[in-house]
Amino acid sequence: MEIVTSILSGILFATGIYNLLQKQLLRIIIGTALMSHGAHLFILTMGKLKRGKPPIIVEGVENYVDPLPQALILTSIVISFGVTSFLLVLAYRASRLNGTDNMEELRGNENE
Amino acid sequence: MLTAIFLPLILACFIPLISKWKYSIHTGWFVLIIPFSIFVYLIQQVGTRFSPFEKTYPWIPSMDIHFDLYLDGLSLLFGLLISGIGTLVVLYSIYYLHKSEQLGHFYLYLLMFMSAMFGVVFSDNVYVLYTFWELTSLSSFLLIGYWNHRKGSRYGALKSMLITVFGGLSMLGGLLLLTIVTDTTSIQEMISQKETIMNSPQFGWIIAFLFLGAFTKSAQFPFHIWLPDAMEAPTPVSAYLHSATMVKAGIFLIARFSPILSQSDWFFIIVSGFGILTLCWGSFMAVRQTDLKGILAYSTISQLGMIMAMLGFGTKIAVFAAVFHILNHATFKGSLFMVAGIVDHETGTRDIRKLGGLMTFMPITATLAFFGTFSMAGFPLPFLNGFYSKELFFDAALLHHFSVDGFAQLLKVIIPYLAVFGSIFTFVYSMYLVFGTFRGEYKEKELKTKPHEAPIGMLISPIVLVLGVIIIGLFPNLFNESFLAHAAQSIKGVEIHKKIKFWHGFNSIPLYMSLAVVAIGSILAYTRKRWSSVYNVIPGTLSFNRVYDWLVDKTTAYSEVVTESYMSGSLKHYVRYILIAILVVTFGTLWLTTDLTISNPDLASIGIPDMLVVSMMVIASVATIFTNNRIAAILILGVVGYGLAILFVIYRAPDLALTQLIIETVTVALFLLVFMHLPKLEKRNESKGTVFFNATVSILFGAMMTFVAIFSYSSKWFEPISDYFLETAVSLGGGHNVVNVILVDMRGLDTLFEIAVLGIAALGIYGMIKLRRDKGEK
Repeated sequence: MEIVTSILSGILFATGIYNLLQKQLLRIIIGTALMSHGAHLFILTMGKLKRGKPPIIVEGVENYVDPLPQALILTSIVISFGVTSFLLVLAYRASRLNGTDNMEELRGNENE
Repeated sequence: MLTAIFLPLILACFIPLISKWKYSIHTGWFVLIIPFSIFVYLIQQVGTRFSPFEKTYPWIPSMDIHFDLYLDGLSLLFGLLISGIGTLVVLYSIYYLHKSEQLGHFYLYLLMFMSAMFGVVFSDNVYVLYTFWELTSLSSFLLIGYWNHRKGSRYGALKSMLITVFGGLSMLGGLLLLTIVTDTTSIQEMISQKETIMNSPQFGWIIAFLFLGAFTKSAQFPFHIWLPDAMEAPTPVSAYLHSATMVKAGIFLIARFSPILSQSDWFFIIVSGFGILTLCWGSFMAVRQTDLKGILAYSTISQLGMIMAMLGFGTKIAVFAAVFHILNHATFKGSLFMVAGIVDHETGTRDIRKLGGLMTFMPITATLAFFGTFSMAGFPLPFLNGFYSKELFFDAALLHHFSVDGFAQLLKVIIPYLAVFGSIFTFVYSMYLVFGTFRGEYKEKELKTKPHEAPIGMLISPIVLVLGVIIIGLFPNLFNESFLAHAAQSIKGVEIHKKIKFWHGFNSIPLYMSLAVVAIGSILAYTRKRWSSVYNVIPGTLSFNRVYDWLVDKTTAYSEVVTESYMSGSLKHYVRYILIAILVVTFGTLWLTTDLTISNPDLASIGIPDMLVVSMMVIASVATIFTNNRIAAILILGVVGYGLAILFVIYRAPDLALTQLIIETVTVALFLLVFMHLPKLEKRNESKGTVFFNATVSILFGAMMTFVAIFSYSSKWFEPISDYFLETAVSLGGGHNVVNVILVDMRGLDTLFEIAVLGIAALGIYGMIKLRRDKGEK
């Protein structure tokens, strides 16, 4: 199963990158969201899958799954939520100001 | 000595504070104390019983770099010049620079330079030497560019910086090679190992690199071009850095390393050859200049060439004459620069074509100038020090007891003639300088203000220097045994005793050389206007400045082309560069460090529900690429997120699943809120090449992540630390949910910062939505 999740993580990254390389801001944000999903899955896979009970200590249970990746992912999920929402509002603001969310048209600076 | 090096730097730290009172008391008065007290300290060392001594302070002991200081005759001579001329220059600058100038900056740079220069001449460690060497270039850059509103200043500053730093770097190369060959960083120890150095295969490179460093610093042909442009600096700076001290650092370097370098046959050819060439070219070009300081700049170049040539001869008399001339040059050239500054200050111009007849207005200045220039010209009078060193130079240039062969033989034959040639033009420009400025017709119309004598404070420094000229001229042997002999000895390695005499009798060839110089020089100076058209032929429009400008222009243009070729301003391109770089590095590392074998029997079983969710996520993620509907794209993204949440459930991560569900819901809601305001997704009109490229990069990147995941899963380098958390969650954290304990207890600070990040993001979002200061918005 780890191989399968590795491949899935790779696919999530591939689609995320493809979206990231697009011109429209909405697609770029979708791309970053897909990539963070891929990263979470990646970290989870590193901690081995299905080896024991959920990491909640109960008397009499010896085997638990690795809690460390879960703690990392939990932090990461929240952070990526922050990033996504920030990007979304940035996109909203940029398109409001410039009338477009196409990155190619947003090039350059005011001095040019 | 350590105090001498760091005292100026320490005061420099307080200059910004002191310069606040500049209107009540000129900042220069505070600065004056420093060089003067160092001068007093150093002058106590002078004496016949002087012997070199060394002091060591640990600096970077682990790399065998110590702050080694060494005081011998040579560094004492330079130290006295730096502090002595420094005192006079600071005194002069107090009257030269008006209080409305940025005095703080000026004295800060000047003190920095002073420190650096002491560091160069006192250090015995090559790295210490190099550090201070570059610091002199840097402070020289700042001082030349002091009047940074002038275009010429900026150009001159940049030019001197580029050329001297180029030389400094090549010198570093030479010093590094020396360190590698001798396995020591101390110069004195290197000298004691000169046999090893000479027999090493890198000897040629060492010589070449060190020569480049010295020649650029001392403005030797063809690197002399930076010095005339450096004259944009305030005149005290020109007198100090670009005449008496910094430009002599190259000479110091050659002198310091001459026990090593002079073992090579090339030493004579290169050092003397370039020196004599610089002497001739500098003096020839000086006559062409119209700017007073321009004349002095070329004159400095030629005098430096002369000293360099003498070091190249390497005979006892030549080394002695070189040391003697370093001292003499500092006295007469320093005073002449100050005179030029006074003329500039009082008349408002330095253009010799506009000047003339100033003698009646400025009698004292004119007298000083006469002494200075006649000494520089080597006029045979018993109270001008320039004559003695020139006579010694001629004597040395005849190269008695000097047997060489091949090309060096040819050089040996022509050097006396070139020496006379150079000296003739030295005579011509000296006369041109003094008569053009102070005699002749007074051109009232050309000057904006009526010239008058300078204030007494401004005259003190040149008077002291001219007194030096006269005293050395009257008593040439005054400093001989106690001072100059030590300096010459530290260059040559053997004791040198030389009596300087004015009259050698009718049998001495130098006498006739001097007479020839005076005779031909007078004729040429008198008829200067008739033959000055020769400069239209040589050098004509040819100039090394053109080479420099061409190089700088081309380098700038080329780097612009290179930068513009990849800095396209398109984010898409930048992302591509980053991705490709990551791909190359990661695949390269995988290729080099792993044998690309997958050996992992320890895998979890493949369950049907997992596979269903996985395939759903694959389809959904691929679908995000192809949908052109905004709502559809957002919902499909939601499918991926919820799929991940289900996977978390299957893989026993209840907290993750809960969080993911909530976050995903909020994210989708947020997307749906915002998308109304975003333009619709357009059909992509990309060329097939772009699509192919993007697809390739994406697939490669995905493959890379998969590979990395599988390989890192396969390798077991160390035990995971997770067991620690499982064991201690209850006992240390007091909680049964291990993930929660890690987050809020074991790694509590991480979580705190995470909250901070979220807070910042929230502030940013709030700001972007609420702020309405934009121009174009409705």
